[in-house]
Order: sequence, then structure tokens, then C-alpha cells
Amino acid sequence: MSEQRKFMPNARLDDLLAQLTRAGFQLIGPQLQEGAIVYRPMTSVAELPLGVRDSQAPGRYRAARGEEGGRWFAWANGPQALKPLTFAPREPMWRAVAAEGRLHFAAVLPEMPPTAVIGVRACDLAALAIQDRHFADEPAYQARRRQLLLVAVNCSHPAATCFCASTGDGPAASSGYDLLLDELDEGFVVAAGSEAGAGILALLNLTDADPTQLEEAAALLGRAAAVQQRTLPAGDLAATLFARLDHLRWDEVAQRCLACANCTQVCPTCFCHSHQEVPALDGSHSEHYREWDSCFSEGHSYIHGFKVRPDIRTRYRQWLTHKLGGWQRQFGRSGCVGCGRCITWCPAGIDITEEARAICAGEP
Amino acid sequence: MEAFPLESNPALPHEAEIIERIEETPTIFTLRLRFTDPALHQRYSFMPGQFNMLYLPGVGEIPISIVSDPEDEHLYDHTIRMVGRVTRPFAQLKAGDHIGVRGPFGRGWPVAQALGQDVVIATGGLGCAPVVAMINYVLRRREQFGRLTIIQGVRHSADLIWRERYEAWSQLPNTQVLLAAGQAGPDWRWHTGHITACLEDATITPESVVMMCGPEPMMVAVAKDMLLRGVSEERLWLSMERNMQCGFGKCGHCQVGPRFVCKDGPVFSYHEVKDLLGKAGF
Repeated sequence: MSEQRKFMPNARLDDLLAQLTRAGFQLIGPQLQEGAIVYRPMTSVAELPLGVRDSQAPGRYRAARGEEGGRWFAWANGPQALKPLTFAPREPMWRAVAAEGRLHFAAVLPEMPPTAVIGVRACDLAALAIQDRHFADEPAYQARRRQLLLVAVNCSHPAATCFCASTGDGPAASSGYDLLLDELDEGFVVAAGSEAGAGILALLNLTDADPTQLEEAAALLGRAAAVQQRTLPAGDLAATLFARLDHLRWDEVAQRCLACANCTQVCPTCFCHSHQEVPALDGSHSEHYREWDSCFSEGHSYIHGFKVRPDIRTRYRQWLTHKLGGWQRQFGRSGCVGCGRCITWCPAGIDITEEARAICAGEP
Repeated sequence: MEAFPLESNPALPHEAEIIERIEETPTIFTLRLRFTDPALHQRYSFMPGQFNMLYLPGVGEIPISIVSDPEDEHLYDHTIRMVGRVTRPFAQLKAGDHIGVRGPFGRGWPVAQALGQDVVIATGGLGCAPVVAMINYVLRRREQFGRLTIIQGVRHSADLIWRERYEAWSQLPNTQVLLAAGQAGPDWRWHTGHITACLEDATITPESVVMMCGPEPMMVAVAKDMLLRGVSEERLWLSMERNMQCGFGKCGHCQVGPRFVCKDGPVFSYHEVKDLLGKAGF
């Protein structure tokens, strides 16, 4: 794998997509649909959100085409990107067939074609690395994961809700990609991060990026980090948060939180899921599904007639102490990658960085 | 003996036949199971305190502790209390019916630490299957363990299942049985009151290994008593219960702080979980 960074003029982006298609990959990339940037199957560069700009704030998201021209990736992440591709929102896990008093079980594994995802951001690569660990021994996840080729784009336009610089997960992608792009005015600086990526890159026959282009890419990243206003409190958040389980702020945030679970649904690291039984009407077989669940749901902590977390206060506390605290012990790092989605998509505009700061401040 | 996971896909159940259904009380029953695949049945092994996920088509899965002995006649007993939507249809099952089983899951009782030691078993509430497995384990290998103290608290004396077993255990050498009922019926010869009432009569050495199961406030109370008697936190063990859907630390429902009850437990040392034990919301 070459350390050499190449330059790809704008006109060649189509060639990159064509090479990926020729290599057998279906393409999934960002597109402006119904007012949001979403990741959907695509076939040509025309579907990418050229000139689209976004505006995000607590409880607010807007994305629209700006003036003619502009860049393809001059926006921050929309509600979802990679997570639904590897950890499906709802999918069958296995099927039980009842015949003549006997039971037969068969695993249902997803059939996903080789898939190249265009425009993956650093925060989502960091989240994917966590989910890769969590689902390491999970056949359905691995069946999807194996098929992915990731074309990352360094983030040049973070949203006001972004704080990846604070968590150390962005705006530059440091690992986990096959190809990495830096978008400049006239084209892209391109680097390979894997054998597969290097193979594709070689097919493009690009010239080396010149020092000015590399400087420009670095300057964009520096600016993307510098403009971020939000930060998580420093220090051992696990110790600090678990020492403040009776902080009054939990009651206060519970007054605003609707327990709608939007935050956990858009979070790229949240992994909770419930099992569901879907029996055929004639009783001949039954499918066992799993579906994204949330620690904000009523049933999440249910156990024979009792809810461990009956109120929003304990559910919000569960989410925050797990995400920023418990995760440290489970995964050796925080469960937050600073993507800011939970802030943008919270209908009440609750800001995880603000809550964490309020709870960490003052006496335990 | 190491527990042997069933297959490479821990989410997939395997067919098992109900060999016998034992009615323990009108609401508690035991299913005695055998895997229909003989090779799988041979290969399967577990430790006391571990659990299986039992599956009924169209109904779903429940985590149920294995109460039989790891060396039993190669049948796996699961004692179930009828409490809800999933357990009620299980109660309708009879010998010859087939269900799905996957497991064993979790960490069982600290058998190795308890070898050669005095063992204290303290339970509260209705029949506590995870510790029954451990009591049977000790009794079957009596010479490998020291003094055995069995302490159980129930709300009403009528709630005590397997009463004849407790009577029989109380007659065994080097074994003490202490029972307490919050409310006592006419033929109750044991303590009346909270479980802590009968702790007074217990002879417990600091070298004991204590295993607890039941409501968390009760386990906290017993643990505090044991700590006062000089038993260290690392020798106090408890089995916890939470919503468990996957059994191997994926679905997230059973988390208590950073721990997955299904995978890191369900048996924990007091030292590991004391910070959040009994804390509402965890």
C-alpha cells in the first residue's frame, strides 16, 4: 500500500466510480433526498450532492442546493450513514419451522453484494471500528461488513453541532478506509488505506499531488477542526459521571427529554437491539427478528412485571453514563465519536456536550 | 470442566425434546430436556449458575437457569415460574414436545474458589433456581467442600418450594439450614421475619464462600452482614437478573453500568458490582 498521495481532477470522479463498478461493487453514496443528505444506492456522479450545503443546530437540520457549482462534499453528516448498512435496523436472524411435532432451525444470513460507500466521514469510521468490535462474533453483521469498501472524505465543512476534534475522531480520517479523499476546488487529493483501495487507485493512473495541493488539504482540515465550538469535558468521564448519579441535572434534563429515542437511532455507535418473534399465520413457521432498540424505550429494562428504569431521568442517565462512561470499560474508549447527530436530531434540542458539562461541574 | 458453547452461531437455537415435565407448585414447573441431536447432546456442558435461552415458536425466548448437575444423567433441567406472556405458554408443554435451546451462557458460580471451603448459600424470594444448582453440586461432591450453610428467606412460608428438600438437607452432616418467612403458616418450624433474622444463628467463618440469589436489597443486606463477619468482598458472590434477549452481550438490555449481566455475569463478585448494586435505575 502506497503512502503516495495522488491528485484526481474533478472530471475524474466519474472514473473512480466507474472503476469501482467495474470491480464489482454496487455504489452507495450521499444524496439529497427529502431535504436531508442520506446514503442510498447510486450509479453516477450526477446523483452526488454537488453544491448542497447544510445548516445544523440543536433540534434543527436543513440541507439544500446552493448556488451553481460548489463542491460535492461541502456538508456535514446527515441522520445516517454507515450503521444501517452493517447493523440493519430490522432483519431476520433465523427461522424455526415446525413439522410433525419437530422443530427445525435455520440461520438467515443477509446477502449483500460487494458495496462501495462513497463519502464516509471520520466520525463514522471511528464508530464503525467500535461496532466491528461489538459485533465481532455476530454472523449477520460480519456477512455485511465483509462486503464493504469504504471511500472516505475528510470533513471540510463540519456542522455547528459537530465536536469530533474534541473526541479525537475527526475531522481527518486516520484509519479504517480503503480510499481517502480531500476535496479541493479543482479536484481531490487521494490516498489508499488498504490493498483493495491501492488497487483501485492504481487503475486511475493519477499524478502525484503537488505540495500546494497537500498544503491546501491540510489547511482545510485545520480549519475544520478550529471552527468546532462544542467539546466534551476533559478527564475521566466514567469516574466523574458515575460519581454524580444523584446530580440534580438528571432531573432537569428529564423535564426536557421526550424519551423519543431519536438520539439513539441516529447515534452511529448505539448497538441495542430487541428480539422479536414473527409467527406465520398458519403456525407452520416463525421468524426471529432483531430490531434496533433504545434505552429510552419503556420495555428496554423490563423484567417480569418490573421496569429497572421506569422514568425518563433514569433512562437519560443510563444513556449518558453508558455512552461516555461505561463504554470506556467495555471498549477501551468513549462511545461518542463527536458526530453531533444526537444534538441535531433531538426534537428538544438537548445537547450532549452541554449536559455532560453541567453534570461534571460542581459537587458530586 | 469448561463450559462448551453449542455452535459457532450463538444466536441460533437447537431442537430439544422435553423428556419430563415436573409440576413443582401450581405456578412453578421444571422441564427436563435432551437435545435431539445425539452428538450435540454429548458435546454440551455447563456449570452451575449458567443459563440457557429456551425458545417456543411463535412465543419467543426466555433465559432460564440450568438447575441440574453438570454430570447428571445428561438431561438438562430448567425450573420456570409462570409470570408473563412468554412463560405461560411454556407451562402448557408436556413430555414429548419440542422446543429450542441455545447456551449455556454467562459465568456460573465460583466452583473453583469454593473447593475445600465452607460454602454459604443465601437466597430470598420464590425458589431460586441458580443456587439450587449449586447446592446440588456441593451435596453431590460433599467431601470436596467444607461446611454448607443454606439460608433462605421467603415472604410467606407457603411460598417455599422444595420444602421437603430443605428438611432433608437440614439432616445432613456438616450442613446447616436456616429458613425465615415474613409470614408463617401453622406448620412452620423455622424463623419468622426477615432473612437477616436467621443470620444470627448462622456459623460463618471469614474463609467462607458466600453465594446469593434473590432481590437485590436482600443480597445487599446479607452481604453487609457477611462483611461484618470478616468475609472479604471477593468471596461474596451474587446472581443478578436483568432483561436478557441475546445471551451473549450484544443486545444491550442487561447492562448494569459497564457490565453485561448475561456475559460478564449473571454471577458477580460483590466487589465487582457493589457500586451500582441496589442503585435504582441500574
